[in-house]
Amino acid sequence: MVVSEAPRIVTSRIGFEDSHTLVRYLDTGGYTGLRKALTMTPEAVAAEVDGASLLGRGGAGFPAGRKWSMLRKGPIPYLVVNGDESEPATFKDHLLLEKDPHQLVEGVVIAAYALQVARVFIYIRGEFALGLERVQAALNEAYAQGAVGRDIFGSGFSVDIVVHPGAGAYICGEETALLESLEGKRGYPRIKPPYFPAAIGLYGEPTVVNNVETMSNLPWIITNGAAAFTALGEGRSTGTRLFALAGQVRNPGVYEVEMVKTTFRDLIYAPVLGGGVLHGRELKAVIPGGVSAPWIGPAQLDTPLGQDEVAALDTMLGSGSIVVMDETTCMVRAAWRITRFFWRESCGQCTPCREGSGWLEKILRRIEDGVGREADLDLLMDTCDNLAPGVSWPPQQTTICVLGPSIPSSIASAIRMFRDDFLVHIKEGGCPHG
Amino acid sequence: MSHLSAETLGRARDLVALYPHRRSALIPLCHLAQEQDGWLRPEAMEEIAGLVGVTPAEVLGTASFYDMLHTEPVGTYVVAVCTNIACMLRGAYELLEHAEDHLGVRAGQTTADGVFTLEDAECLADCGRAPCLQVNHRFFGDVTPEGFETLVADLRRGALDGEVPHHGTLLRVRRTGGLQVEPSRVEAERAASAGAAAGRANQGGKG
Amino acid sequence: MADPVVTSHHGLASRVAPDAAPVTITIDGVPVEAAAGEFLIAAAERAGTFIPRFCYHPRMKPVGMCRMCLVEVSTPRGATLQPACYMAVAEGMEVVTTSEKVRKAQDGVLELLLVNHPLDCPVCDKGGECPLQDQVLAYGPGESRFLEEKRHWAKPIPISELVLLDRERCIQCGRCVRFAAEIAGEAQIDFLGRGDQTEVNIFEGASFSSVFSGNTVQICPVGALTATPYRFSARPWDLDQVESTCTTCALGCRVAVQSSANRATRMLGVDSDPVNQSWLCDKGRFGYESLNSGDRLVAPLRRRTPGGELEPVSWSEALSAVADRLGAIRGASGGSALAVLGGARLSNEDAYAWARLAKAVLGTDSVDAQLGDGLPAEVVLGLPRATVDEACAAPVVLLLSGDLREELPVLFLRLRGALEEGGTRLVELSSRATSLTPLAAASLAYRPGEAAATVAALAAGKGGPEGIDPAAWTAALSALEGAGPDGAGMVVVLGRPSLSEDGALVAEAAAAMASAWPGARFLPALRRGNVMGALDMGLAPGILPGRVSLAEGRAWFEEAWGPLPADRGRDCAGILRGAVEGSVEAIVLLGADPLGDFPDRALADEALEKVGFVVAVDAFLSPSAARADVVLPAAVHHERAGTTTNIEGRISRTAQKLVGPGQAWPDWMIASELAARLGTELPAGSVAELWDEIERLAPSHAGITRAALEAPGARDGIVAPLPASPVSLSRRGGPARIDPVATPGIESVERQGAPPRAGLAERSGVADDPAATTAGSVGRPRPLGWPQSVDPPHVGPLDNYSLRLVSGRHLYDEGVLLEVCPSLGALADRATARANPYDLDRLGLTTGGHVKVRSARGSLVLETVADAGVPRGVVTIGFNLGVAGEAGGTGGAAALIGAGEAVVDVRLESLSGRTTVPRTPAPKPTPTPAEEEGA
Ligand SMILES: Cc1cc2nc3c(=O)[nH]c(=O)nc-3n(C[C@H](O)[C@H](O)[C@H](O)COP(=O)(O)O)c2cc1C
Ligand code: SF4
Ligand code: FES
Repeated sequence: MVVSEAPRIVTSRIGFEDSHTLVRYLDTGGYTGLRKALTMTPEAVAAEVDGASLLGRGGAGFPAGRKWSMLRKGPIPYLVVNGDESEPATFKDHLLLEKDPHQLVEGVVIAAYALQVARVFIYIRGEFALGLERVQAALNEAYAQGAVGRDIFGSGFSVDIVVHPGAGAYICGEETALLESLEGKRGYPRIKPPYFPAAIGLYGEPTVVNNVETMSNLPWIITNGAAAFTALGEGRSTGTRLFALAGQVRNPGVYEVEMVKTTFRDLIYAPVLGGGVLHGRELKAVIPGGVSAPWIGPAQLDTPLGQDEVAALDTMLGSGSIVVMDETTCMVRAAWRITRFFWRESCGQCTPCREGSGWLEKILRRIEDGVGREADLDLLMDTCDNLAPGVSWPPQQTTICVLGPSIPSSIASAIRMFRDDFLVHIKEGGCPHG
Repeated sequence: MSHLSAETLGRARDLVALYPHRRSALIPLCHLAQEQDGWLRPEAMEEIAGLVGVTPAEVLGTASFYDMLHTEPVGTYVVAVCTNIACMLRGAYELLEHAEDHLGVRAGQTTADGVFTLEDAECLADCGRAPCLQVNHRFFGDVTPEGFETLVADLRRGALDGEVPHHGTLLRVRRTGGLQVEPSRVEAERAASAGAAAGRANQGGKG
Repeated sequence: MADPVVTSHHGLASRVAPDAAPVTITIDGVPVEAAAGEFLIAAAERAGTFIPRFCYHPRMKPVGMCRMCLVEVSTPRGATLQPACYMAVAEGMEVVTTSEKVRKAQDGVLELLLVNHPLDCPVCDKGGECPLQDQVLAYGPGESRFLEEKRHWAKPIPISELVLLDRERCIQCGRCVRFAAEIAGEAQIDFLGRGDQTEVNIFEGASFSSVFSGNTVQICPVGALTATPYRFSARPWDLDQVESTCTTCALGCRVAVQSSANRATRMLGVDSDPVNQSWLCDKGRFGYESLNSGDRLVAPLRRRTPGGELEPVSWSEALSAVADRLGAIRGASGGSALAVLGGARLSNEDAYAWARLAKAVLGTDSVDAQLGDGLPAEVVLGLPRATVDEACAAPVVLLLSGDLREELPVLFLRLRGALEEGGTRLVELSSRATSLTPLAAASLAYRPGEAAATVAALAAGKGGPEGIDPAAWTAALSALEGAGPDGAGMVVVLGRPSLSEDGALVAEAAAAMASAWPGARFLPALRRGNVMGALDMGLAPGILPGRVSLAEGRAWFEEAWGPLPADRGRDCAGILRGAVEGSVEAIVLLGADPLGDFPDRALADEALEKVGFVVAVDAFLSPSAARADVVLPAAVHHERAGTTTNIEGRISRTAQKLVGPGQAWPDWMIASELAARLGTELPAGSVAELWDEIERLAPSHAGITRAALEAPGARDGIVAPLPASPVSLSRRGGPARIDPVATPGIESVERQGAPPRAGLAERSGVADDPAATTAGSVGRPRPLGWPQSVDPPHVGPLDNYSLRLVSGRHLYDEGVLLEVCPSLGALADRATARANPYDLDRLGLTTGGHVKVRSARGSLVLETVADAGVPRGVVTIGFNLGVAGEAGGTGGAAALIGAGEAVVDVRLESLSGRTTVPRTPAPKPTPTPAEEEGA
């Protein structure tokens, strides 16, 4: 078991008690990336990011450079940073917002410069009160330093950044719902096409949406160059990535590891990382990339943490959150709890998602409570089929956004991998795990 | 008569000024009204409607979409216990049950003395310290049943007043100064992009 | 539902430019032509393939929420399920609507929709015409596998006087929410909550007070929104319907009149593309209650002794009494001592018969369908006319009228839609903020009396007159540039901005517009029922049928009608004044209520008091009819067939659905019987024959034959006059398929009963040879043209102590209609005195206080309201409204207006009786925008 000696790209300051302050930031090389970027042409900055093959860290994994270049033909009025992080068991942006807000601000200004936008909104999950305060404080300092606002560092480039609080709705992480929310509306995902807000985004104008972690990578990439970034990782999955490790492991937390060079097993068992399953129990299943992702079992633990490598298992790395479930976990209960989340967070636009999520939740609860029937398993799968025809991966869609089609992932995983858990519930009239 | 205080109104106007379209300030203004009143009163919603140029029904319609905006009164402290998968795997439901017993209310209810509202929350993104909870959107991690009782006692006697502001308070750090980039530049860019948008007009789509 | 596709003439509103390039797609293997960018659901429908849907509505933007319309579409990435309601067609697209995958998806959506839907169909108004019910039968699962408890909400809650909401039945399609926000522009109803706890609702403590609320009931695909007046009153399969025209205002929306056992039960908007596009206002929609009213006149009434009570008499006695008296006066004092007021309630055929009776039999030209609240007939008929579509497509709309939402509500919707789309810019000339002001490129707040001067200054393109906000002026000038130098890109919407500003002043402004912008066209914004038809048919002084002047048409009409009055007669004000002076000895009120509608109530009152003989032909005993010597009960629209003409000049058919109550007669028949008793048989003995005569004689109606009106392509009506070159009458070809979910109530009745009928002919006699009755010696007269000379009255200066009165109509006023419709009665607005906060402050008045408003004519006690939308120097008081609070009273501003006065200046006195002394000098008429913002 080897954990690579990769540099820390976005978490280099996390160890410091005062990592969020401007003093510490400047002490640790802060704003050198931005100063360098301002000496380059915007095109050159964008090219550097494109060259780094920086995959979006919000979940979809779309290369940031490619997203930008789809747009750079005309003026782009808005850049929106997605800091809504609400995917269950995902808590990496939370860390970056609270612990290194200046790094985010610097990354945002670099992106704004590359895209030549004049106004940026950082949409931060409302529950992150401390994160909101830290980013606002950092922004105030950055404005005072001349790092944001008019004529940044004497370069002639100007940009305003506004911190915008969310108000508690998971769906607002979906980028078009986020834009609706930012426009002061209910967080309803927009119909697609257009598939990216690039064409018709905020206020109907071209808009780039990028995740907090994606932005936080930019200072390092510009400072150290794309080549240094692509030297890390392998194939499309370059650089390092934050993984939020949660559930029944000894050391849950956020870890920055080099992509592809590290496997699930490394992350969960390495003493410097997860430290193994809690109480030394056996591992039963792992949710590899947020609760939208189909689960993997112990046999797949040696898969490298890379976008394509994980995709080959018919699941995804998604938001980079990894939940460990040990041998004592009731899989009916786990599937129920995840479904309950989707039921509570469905925006309610699409019939299959709105009604299907609630129905699935009720069936799963019925089974968990010991009043299920064997036919319920077919009913579950059939209803899942109405949300994602074929219940395959990646899911086919009957809805506006992919929240709905994500619901079947955990249900189908639980039924396919642990059918016996369900049957025991049904036959014995209750949960054997108590 | 304005329901929002002069100070709140002043901050509200500053917020509206941050956006190219005033409706964008709707949610920040709802937070602000909650900061003033602890919850979102109908009078406040009507006033917000006027400030952002929509109908009161649209303010209610928008606000009621979001869990943090309470259109019914809540306690001084809103205690949100995460029960999502990561916390559940580490005893969140046991914690919630204990909280219910200890406070004498079910999740979703407010104690008779109006001090605590208990909520069964979705993932709060603090899974590294599961089970976790928030009080008025301030985090408390690795909460044991005993720890919960201590927390409640501390809150009751005001020992955490510095850490946990009253409900609705989100940003105690105010933005210093408004926007700096001249609107003309934004305007010019927007005009240019409008031209480009015309070319894309046929792409359709909502919004 | 065997075949969910029902046929009708109403096609879909495609949002595709007419010149979009055609593409070819295949639907279920069959090649189909479609316009690039068109929504698949619409393209399929035209080709005869109905794709089920709930949230999609052809008149609103798609949202893709219900997911019922999923079909398989082959793309380069393979065949996937795609929503047909917002998927744009593209060349080569292959669509499958019947595969197992599609069937499974449809089945699934329906099963899921029923998860939380109460199956209370037996007690649901929508039962039998419910798209959910229908589509479950056609595409749904056989049985429900859902065992759990459904979501519960309190059962129907009233959200207004007219609408009830049952949230349990709601399927969250968002049609009502979108209608309110997108079409009506007043988002009073919205989604609340999230996920499967989403409900539609209004703001707590508020009411769904939109005047368009009934449309949400019409388009709700389930029984979540129901209308109080209709609730539990019928089952769709017991209903029968005809297509007809609404006559509540002069826009002439197309409606389906539904009835059961000779009771009107419901009125639904029909999707007429050029007119109402399926929408109705609530007054038009729910006004059918008046047809069933117990207050209807059912027998002729007569005062047998002077000063005696009105008592029921036979038709024969009543008609003889009228004919004898009118004949006697004609004999003694000449026809000019007789006058006929009103006619806007009549059909064109009725109006024509009455015009002929008045002008050729009674011998009087003192005939006026307008009650001093319209515009001179020459102006209305003579200006080049625009259609609503043309107004909505014009680069510039110049508006000089009252608040259209109050006066012509669906015209407001149409213009609002055009302004929202952005191709049209509005320049508003108005003495107060209107419902369109927020969408206007510029609103010029002129003070009554200054309209023509303002127009002249605009046309000159120089600086604005004193008192008008310079920024608004500049914006107006720049917007007007879009109309081109001769105004060819401009449509003027011309109505009465205020009833206390003489109509001649508006005519003067119109003349100024017509000379400054010779290319401009005009859309009259007259509001009352079939007033345009009445004017077309000659119910106006100096006018003969077919939009010709008395002088021009004399020879032609005398040949057919016999001798006509020598001189031009009097208008309404003149008639009333004549009655007071004694030169008018008898007045026939043709569905007219001058006490309620004439701006100068005192004059109307005195005239009815002094005139020797009053005949009222009416459906209700209005306050004026109650003063008559003889009352003749009339049948109204939907009780007799005929045609009406809307503001565009669009002639459309009204149909008979009901038999009028008791002995009520159609007006034309009353005219015919009276003529006979006066010694002249009118030749036309049926509505059909009347139309044939109109077509033959009225120049503007030439060529609009009965056959043309009855042709399937003419169901949206025919705009008169016909264009010089023969064009197809129809905007659409023959019958097209329609969306049965768009307006379920019409489709279901259609499906269950006979197809809708719209009647013109009572006897389908064939028109005689046109040459037979009119000798060839005289040429057809030429219709009125423009310019006409206008002689405006003098406007004096406004003094320091006074405010200039602006008085407009409200949709919900004290008119008879509201009184006899139980559901609308409570909605009547109350009169208040609204003034700019600056003026109130200047006069030492506070909002909510009571003031005595005094004019040269009379006085009125009213509550004051500060309103920044009212320009300085102006006070607005509604017309024909009850007065709120202790003061009480009726009529609103009618107590203050003096007929013949150019403008009305009033003083506001605090109730102690002393005149308030201005604290600051004379007002500058207009507030700056900043002040308006702040208030
Ligand atoms: C239901 C749903 C929830 C999402 N939540 C988040 C989120 O919380 N944070 C985030 O950055 N992206 C989230 N996304 C992904 C965004 O839509 C979007 O792809 C991303 O913000 C783009 O940024 P990136 O390219 O930098 O990853 C979510 C997507 C879906 C469908
Ligand atoms: S799939 Fe669910 S969350 Fe996504 S838009 Fe539809 S209803 Fe909303
Ligand atoms: S989603 Fe297409 S009709 Fe509702």
